[in-house]
Amino acid sequence: MKRMNRRTKALAVSIAAAVVFLLIYLLGILIPDNAVASGFLQAKLPPSWEHPFGTDALGRDLLMRTLKGLSVSMTIGIAASGLSAVIAACIGIVAASGSRRADAFISWLIDLVMGIPHTVLIILISFSLGRGLKGLLVGVMATHWCSMARLIRGEVLQLRNRQYVTMSRRLGKTECWILVHHLLPHLLPQFFVGIVLMFPHAILHEASISFLGFGLPPEQPAIGIILAESMRYISVGMWWPAVFPGLMLVLLVLLLDRLGDNLRIVLDPYSAQE
Amino acid sequence: MRLEAKNVFFRYGKKEPWVLENVSLQLEQGECLALLAPSGCGKTTLAMLLSGYLQPMQGEILLDGMPLRKKGLCPVQMIFQHPENAVNPYWRMKKVLEECGEIQENLLNVLGIERAWLDRYPRELSGGELQRFCVARALMSGAEFLVCDEISTMLDVISQAQIWNAVLDEAKKRNLGILAITHNRHLARRIASRVYELPGRDF
Repeated sequence: MKRMNRRTKALAVSIAAAVVFLLIYLLGILIPDNAVASGFLQAKLPPSWEHPFGTDALGRDLLMRTLKGLSVSMTIGIAASGLSAVIAACIGIVAASGSRRADAFISWLIDLVMGIPHTVLIILISFSLGRGLKGLLVGVMATHWCSMARLIRGEVLQLRNRQYVTMSRRLGKTECWILVHHLLPHLLPQFFVGIVLMFPHAILHEASISFLGFGLPPEQPAIGIILAESMRYISVGMWWPAVFPGLMLVLLVLLLDRLGDNLRIVLDPYSAQE
Repeated sequence: MRLEAKNVFFRYGKKEPWVLENVSLQLEQGECLALLAPSGCGKTTLAMLLSGYLQPMQGEILLDGMPLRKKGLCPVQMIFQHPENAVNPYWRMKKVLEECGEIQENLLNVLGIERAWLDRYPRELSGGELQRFCVARALMSGAEFLVCDEISTMLDVISQAQIWNAVLDEAKKRNLGILAITHNRHLARRIASRVYELPGRDF
């Protein structure tokens, strides 16, 4: 068999990860609500062929609930990381190409937001917005843009002084033209990889805030909620509600991390020759 | 037209030493002037001042008695010493050339640029091949003056001759003014009608 080179392999891994990812997402959406209905006859069942992940204290099938929870987490992850990436890109570009005062202000703002622990800030925002999906989304969005904004600002500052950009200016190109033609092609890979790598962060934060009880309502099948519930039963030997959903969350995060890393290899033209 | 540096002073920071002190030179259209100086004397700095990349602290750079335009196409274009820094690594060479408008086929022939190179990325070309593109781009831009900052230093002798012949031919055809910056006294004498030496500095 012909050995794949690094780039082809990275592409294959990215596509495979994306497919798995999509599959979980679609499964979670397509599962009907009665699949996670409660039934006291089958409460607290350990894993079996009928219920691979077992059932919880209310008799709900944990596999279905986990899948549904993951897809809720993904929705939040996509929305939060996508929006915060857009914020980050806008702020980064303004900071680097606007006036010095704007740059100083934005850098100060980034330091300020980064200086507060994420979890505390998300809890505060989510709580003051009445918890639920809205509170969580706004909370995650408001805290996750800064590291990427800083990255993009730095990148733009560096690019603006490259010889080919200064030269473009002497050739009579406008700042806008330079932004679109010279800067954006450099920023786009950073941007995509940034989104994908921000994604697991957003999901983990969503889960942890829900776990602490400041996020999604308890009837919603979310990973954080399932894990929080499982704490009550773990001392009586019910290990499955904690282990399987937790494992799935870790696997999903690892999968996304892998996707981000491989995407970086695929999008970087220099990697073709490595 | 005439490009002129009048009593130019320049340094890279308020506390840094002067790089250029009271430098004046004139370059007429259609003339080729060679600028000779040892390393670290401010040759590249002077080139960047003349083509508008830097602004002098004192003194002025004049084109026909007027300061250089800050916006729009600058009539003085500079060709850099390291071509790999002067092209966007994400662009194919065709796009690099098209930044200056339509590609002029005859220029490609004169400079020995093969058509197949147009579809490559800068990383897939050697330094000499890239420098040909940079020269072509500068000639295509419609500039009246070219500031060539050691454009042939890293090339073998044959490529050097080929590039300089092309530049000088085009300059004659279009009546361009050329400022050739070099270490090489023989090259300077060969291509230029006049040689200007920057005063050396004591370290």
